Amino acid sequence: MAKKPELLPGTLDMLILKTLARAPLHGYGIALSIKRLSEDVLTVEEGSLYPALQRLLLQGWVKAEWKLTETNRRARFYTLTAAGRKQLGVELSQFEQMVAAIGRVLAVEV
Amino acid sequence: MSVTSRFVKRLSILFSRERYHSELDEEMAFHRAQAEKDFAAAGMTAEAAHYAAMRQFGNTMRVKERSREVVRFKAETVVQDLRFALRQLRKNPGFAATAILILGLGIGASVAIFAFVDAALIKPLPYPQPTRLVAVNESSALFPRNNLSYPDYLDWKQMNTVFGSMDVFDANRFEWNTPSGAEPVHGLRVSAGFLGTLGIKPMLGRDFHAGEDAAGASPVVLLRYGVWQRRFGGRRDVMGQTVNLSGVAYTIVGVLPQEFEFAPREIAEFLVPLQPTSECDMRRSCHDLDAVARLKDGVSVPSAQAEMKSIAARLERQYPDSNRGNSASVVPLSEAIVGNIRPILLVLLGGACLLLLIACANVSSLMLVRAESRRREIAVRGALGASRARLSGQFVTEALTLVGAGSATGLAVAYAGMNGLRGLISTDWMAGMPFLRGLELNPRVLAFAACLAVLAGILFSITPILHFRLSKMRDGLAEGGRGSAGVLWRRMGANLVVIELATAVVLLAGAGLLGKSLYKLLHEDLGFRSDHLATVNVHLPQNVAPHAEQQLAFERALLGRAAALPGVQSAAAMDVLPVSCNCNTDWVRFVGKPYNGIHNEVNDRVVSVGLFRTLQVKLKAGRLFTEQDEANTPKVVLINEAFARKYFPGEDPIGKRMGDTDLTPASLRQIVGVVEDFKEAGLDQDQWPAEYEAFNQSPSSYFSVVLRTSQDAGPILPALAPMIHAVNPNVSVDWERTMQDRIDDSDAAYIHRSAAYLVGGFAGMALVLGVVGLYGVMAYSVSQRTREIGVRMALGAQRSSVYKLVMRQAVWLTSAGVGIGLVCSVGASLLMRKLLFGVEAWDVPTLAGVALVLGVASLAASFLPARRAASVNPTDALRSE
Repeated sequence: MAKKPELLPGTLDMLILKTLARAPLHGYGIALSIKRLSEDVLTVEEGSLYPALQRLLLQGWVKAEWKLTETNRRARFYTLTAAGRKQLGVELSQFEQMVAAIGRVLAVEV
Repeated sequence: MSVTSRFVKRLSILFSRERYHSELDEEMAFHRAQAEKDFAAAGMTAEAAHYAAMRQFGNTMRVKERSREVVRFKAETVVQDLRFALRQLRKNPGFAATAILILGLGIGASVAIFAFVDAALIKPLPYPQPTRLVAVNESSALFPRNNLSYPDYLDWKQMNTVFGSMDVFDANRFEWNTPSGAEPVHGLRVSAGFLGTLGIKPMLGRDFHAGEDAAGASPVVLLRYGVWQRRFGGRRDVMGQTVNLSGVAYTIVGVLPQEFEFAPREIAEFLVPLQPTSECDMRRSCHDLDAVARLKDGVSVPSAQAEMKSIAARLERQYPDSNRGNSASVVPLSEAIVGNIRPILLVLLGGACLLLLIACANVSSLMLVRAESRRREIAVRGALGASRARLSGQFVTEALTLVGAGSATGLAVAYAGMNGLRGLISTDWMAGMPFLRGLELNPRVLAFAACLAVLAGILFSITPILHFRLSKMRDGLAEGGRGSAGVLWRRMGANLVVIELATAVVLLAGAGLLGKSLYKLLHEDLGFRSDHLATVNVHLPQNVAPHAEQQLAFERALLGRAAALPGVQSAAAMDVLPVSCNCNTDWVRFVGKPYNGIHNEVNDRVVSVGLFRTLQVKLKAGRLFTEQDEANTPKVVLINEAFARKYFPGEDPIGKRMGDTDLTPASLRQIVGVVEDFKEAGLDQDQWPAEYEAFNQSPSSYFSVVLRTSQDAGPILPALAPMIHAVNPNVSVDWERTMQDRIDDSDAAYIHRSAAYLVGGFAGMALVLGVVGLYGVMAYSVSQRTREIGVRMALGAQRSSVYKLVMRQAVWLTSAGVGIGLVCSVGASLLMRKLLFGVEAWDVPTLAGVALVLGVASLAASFLPARRAASVNPTDALRSE
């Protein structure tokens, strides 16, 4: 099996926040959504996902509540809070600065 | 998000952790179920989908553990680790007890000895600015720190520019006259500024006024706190009362504070001004004072020393008769007080630290054995998701728990040890070391203990972590795994054992050399028969017998009665008993020999007619004293062989005449005999020339009585004081001892004995720990190799070759340990040369004996595991795993 590119360090929190910005989701839904939207390039390991969710909860950027899914199963849904939305903005702008900077370095003709 | 709200969240999770865990479980179960459903929808069989989902999710425990770590308090981990550590120790009481006990012994011994070092060497003198205080003495070739004469003191005090103040003291005996008779007491004669120099103020009343130490000033006295409490019940109205000391009425003007101590003459119960009235005080050649001075700001000890030396040189030119060869010595007061016990304390501290080193090596190797047996547990915990940091944290917690318990035990051991050791110090010695009263677990000692604990904690944390870092954790999972770790452990364990054995050799060699020194010291040829001798000190107060004839009459009556006691063969008197000191010296000059003014310093003793017969000292030439040598017959003198060798080489000394440095007619006396050398000085001091004067011709008011008894001398001692008081009730009597006890309690014997006993004790413990350590390594090694041995035996190896296999390793470890230890011990013994007597640091018999003892003990310890190996049943061994 070919190795998939790994998630850039520090971007997981941003991806989760961005995913939740569209709609509240449960953990599995978050992983699935990131996988689909990245067209199978980005895989979120469960071993990273759940600790990250705990971290976001603790920071107060997301909140969690138990709801029923379409298939009538109980699942824990995560929702972005106002603080989370603000944090997402901060992380996005930082990331864009970073990408732009990397881009400028790579754009130099050899 | 603020820190507090995060804290509140963590706190709420902590209190509802059951719910938190079950929610996390449910969430993950849901995740897996969804994944499984998606896999099934993609066309997998139910079973394949289930396993695929499980695989994708990975290690559930690990995910949970890591999720929890995010929201958990750091302290929770610690508490959990601590609980686990305690459970581990409870489950292994043997390991825990052994490790804690060994550690406790090691730490306890070091801390106890350190407390002594602290009390004696580190804690400053109990005076303000103690480092500015110096002891000032005269010095000559024979006496590096000699007493000062009163006229010299006055000149030194007046001429120097380095001391803010300089004062003298002199311990004296007084008779305290009470209604029930005279009691001998010790008092200190001091110059008026003495307390001011030390920086002490009386707690009641006043200090001496300047001028109260001039001849003719009215006599006053300052009481020490103890005597004020004991004799006056602590009453404040004693001020202005008088006490009768040796027939003189002294007015009490003050009381010293309770905490006042003066180590050089702690025995003194009171202070009186030193008034220069005695014949000795007037004479520049009579040395009876000690001086203490406070350095001026900015003056160093060496520069003070230099100035005092130049002043002494000036006085030497001015008074060549009395001051020839007299220089000056200035040393810090603390040096003068504890200089003689410093080497023994440092040797003991070294010994205790070596013991601690062994203890630590031993516990480390125990921890390695245990880590090894927990290899599988650790591997399982690692596989279940414990991170390396978490596992390391667990080891650290376990180590700290162990060290905590070990240190607590150590402090208890130290406390008991300090009190025990203090109990071993004889009261006479304790009186000279008042600073030991401050012996306690003070903050400095506790800080030392804490340092040891921290070091031990680091060592014991690193040991297992290092062990697992070096080995591959998953090897542990393999059933019966014997990876490289086994070899590695054996190397680490073996290295530790070599260190232990080497340290044990150093301690054993030290103990052996000190023991041999002690033996040589106590079996020195004293030149007289020290057994069956009873002795007692007698002091005839000045007002009871002021004249020589009265002193002589008293001595005759006393010796007559003493010789008549049942069981007494002979009785004699002498002013300074044998095995005391090179002291009470005299400067001699010979009639008919050229004299260049040099001081011929010899021991001067006054002896009664029967002394040499009583001591059983042989006469080598001439004759002994007889009753016909009397005050009105020509003065005669006896000399020892050392005297004859030094001053009459190749000549016959009999008939020669000698006197003082001026050959004044009254001092002239004729040598009538030469006696064999016997030990005037302390056991470890050199034999000096000695002259013996006849008691009949120069009586003394202070002397010791020596009785030769037919039976053991001990039982006769209680009869001596009543017998002497029957002759004269106003005489003071003390120190009834057998000669043997005096020798055994003498300074030299005491120092050497305590050093030998304590280092011997350390060495004994070191031997046991070292040998137990070796046994542990060998036993473990054999248990690890059971299968290998089984295979060998199944393939036809003889039992003897199995023995050889195991013993070869033991011999190798032992020889490495002993070899390294012997080299180190020569170095260590050189460092404690000062405590060795009559034996070299590289004393071959001692070192060979130590090597033999350790070798035999080690091989015996290894023999048991070897036997177990050889008795392995091959079938059992092969089936066992």
